[in-house]
Amino acid sequence: MTESRLYCDANASDVLRPEARGAALEALACVGNPSSVHAEGRLARRQLEGAREIVASLLGVTTEGCVFTGGGTEANALAIHALGQDRRVLVGTTEHDAVRLARQDATPVPVLCDGTLDLDALEQALSNGPPALVCVMAANNETGVLHPLKAISALCRRHGARLHVDAVQAAGRMPFDLAQVDCDSAAISGHKMGGLKGAGAALFRGPFAVPGTFAAHVTGGGQERGRRGGTQALPAIASMAAALAAARAQDWSSIGQMRDGIDDAARKAGAVVAGSGAPRLANTTSLVLPGVAAQVQLMMLDLAGIAVSAGSACSSGKVSTSHVLEAMGFGAAAGQAIRVSLPWNAKPETASRLAEAYGAMAARLGKSPAGHSGVS
Amino acid sequence: MRILAAMSGGVDSSVVACLLKEQGHEVIGATLQLYDNGASAKAGACCAGRDIMDARAVADRIDIPHYVVDSEARFRDSVIGTFADAYARGETPVPCVACNQGVKFTDLLGMARDLGCDAMATGHYVRRLEGAAGPELHRPVDAARDQSWFLFATTRAQLDFLRFPLGEMPDKAAVRELAGKYGLAVAAKPDSQDICFVTDGSYAGIVEKLRPEIVGAGEIVDHDGRVVGHHEGVARYTVGQSKRLGDLHTQIGERQMVTAIDPSRRRIVVGPRAGAGVTTLALRDMNWLADPAAVARCTVQIRAREGVRSASVRADGTGAIVTLDEPATAAPGQACVLYDGTRVLGGGFIRRADSDEERLRA
Repeated sequence: MTESRLYCDANASDVLRPEARGAALEALACVGNPSSVHAEGRLARRQLEGAREIVASLLGVTTEGCVFTGGGTEANALAIHALGQDRRVLVGTTEHDAVRLARQDATPVPVLCDGTLDLDALEQALSNGPPALVCVMAANNETGVLHPLKAISALCRRHGARLHVDAVQAAGRMPFDLAQVDCDSAAISGHKMGGLKGAGAALFRGPFAVPGTFAAHVTGGGQERGRRGGTQALPAIASMAAALAAARAQDWSSIGQMRDGIDDAARKAGAVVAGSGAPRLANTTSLVLPGVAAQVQLMMLDLAGIAVSAGSACSSGKVSTSHVLEAMGFGAAAGQAIRVSLPWNAKPETASRLAEAYGAMAARLGKSPAGHSGVS
Repeated sequence: MRILAAMSGGVDSSVVACLLKEQGHEVIGATLQLYDNGASAKAGACCAGRDIMDARAVADRIDIPHYVVDSEARFRDSVIGTFADAYARGETPVPCVACNQGVKFTDLLGMARDLGCDAMATGHYVRRLEGAAGPELHRPVDAARDQSWFLFATTRAQLDFLRFPLGEMPDKAAVRELAGKYGLAVAAKPDSQDICFVTDGSYAGIVEKLRPEIVGAGEIVDHDGRVVGHHEGVARYTVGQSKRLGDLHTQIGERQMVTAIDPSRRRIVVGPRAGAGVTTLALRDMNWLADPAAVARCTVQIRAREGVRSASVRADGTGAIVTLDEPATAAPGQACVLYDGTRVLGGGFIRRADSDEERLRA
């Protein structure tokens, strides 16, 4: 019981990176408001624009195309608002609620059983109807599955569609560049990369990078060149830029090996790894333990000192069936999966301890008669 | 011990969690989400959205892990659905018994076992006393809070695993005082009342929504099948009631009551209250908490809030036959719980009397 906690829920919020902490502390020492004209304000402005240069250059947009927000959800909402004003919206079925529910009239586009977007279905949807805005994620938050973004953007271009990419989980953890993907906008979130909570960015390429092409949700004092009112959260923004730079410099292959080790151990214990046939984000895996409610797995691992998560936890804390796994065709097993997402600083011991605890849990619960853990 | 505390967010179960923590146990809090947090939840009944927040606040205060368990689908099927089905059969169900039996003492208790707990505790007012032949279920010290009637279906295996720390409390004031001592914000929270999932005061509305085939007005008939009046829906009636019968009393010249309900023909059967009682009750789905062979004379309670009656009882397959010393009116679907003093010996659900079956078939 004296063993320390093991945090494996980085996709909910990653561990604060030292570089991000340093940048945040530096910004905390700065009293000024970036919009003020005095020396203190200019210092704050310099820090803000420094952060903007880092974020813009690492993600392949101009500084003009980088709009800081309060987080990933707001960044997605702003981009979908900007690009979708006069368009029908197509949304992948495994998208995060921040995207899936951003537009009530969105049309779902199915995924294949490995979790990648069904390109034939997308092409069909694009062919039937007026020009669209397509919204897909670079990497799925639950399974880590990567959508074939190049192929998707090619289809979008051919059909005159715009493309928005939710890069909240991908940014920092894999190469991601709007110019290379050839998308029109993207969203990122600071704390998913090891920065503070409370900052994100909507990134625009092409015509939408120009201020004045869309109205802000909140006008306020006209910050972010009229696209997002409200004083910028400088410490969170500075830490986001520092976290992104540090994450980009990291070699993720060792994290990927740890994740593969967890997958192997989980399979031996009777688990099915969702989306393992597709390319995935290095730190993420979704483990289905047939017949055992995700809720019980979560509680059991938490009591054993290990933090993981399940499908989607609503704000009440209730664990619901994963809409991602449902969309991938898992049926009832969609309520029997946990997500393991390794933090950037995971150690091989982290992975081995998790694998051990998972094996013990599966041995205790996985073999019990059907319905034993039958809380629906 | 590692103990799972079932926390509803009310004062009782909150105090239970605190007591256990104070006793040095490893306490795990769990709150069942029984229905959606939205419009359907009623404040003042257990497990509404605010109740989950309250339970979590208590858990935070005493620094124990707390989990919200999604039991919506199971509650809908095993409690609300069964409740409506019973009305559609002409019975008057006790949904709290079904909830304790299924969602709480089967599912949540199973989860507690899965988590390696040694026991599960609830805020029910009953006592679990160690007897010569294992744990026994007893009425609580505070008779005004007695919940033993609702817990008669607890099996021996469940009882073995369960703990009811409030059974020894002298009264509710003492519980609230403890809550105050522990600094709980829920100390002054009103008690939950009635059926938790009935949000607008109309259980009949829920029944009619789930079982639309029994909706609608129908005839009130006497024992000879003569139409003596009309009613607005069978789900609004319980065997033994004299309300909602219009001016039948004056029309017939003596006090009437419902003696049977026939949902398939949307008929309410009435008869004179005087002499309507029966002495024999057939029970189904008996749960025995004592050796049936050793139970002959006992007292029985046939309604939630009522005194006991003397009776003889004998087991009959999975059911039992109860012979009351004095005639009484009993509503099919309600529980008949057997007691020896404060001890619950067992209980079952009251079946429709054979004479009623014949009358309805006639």
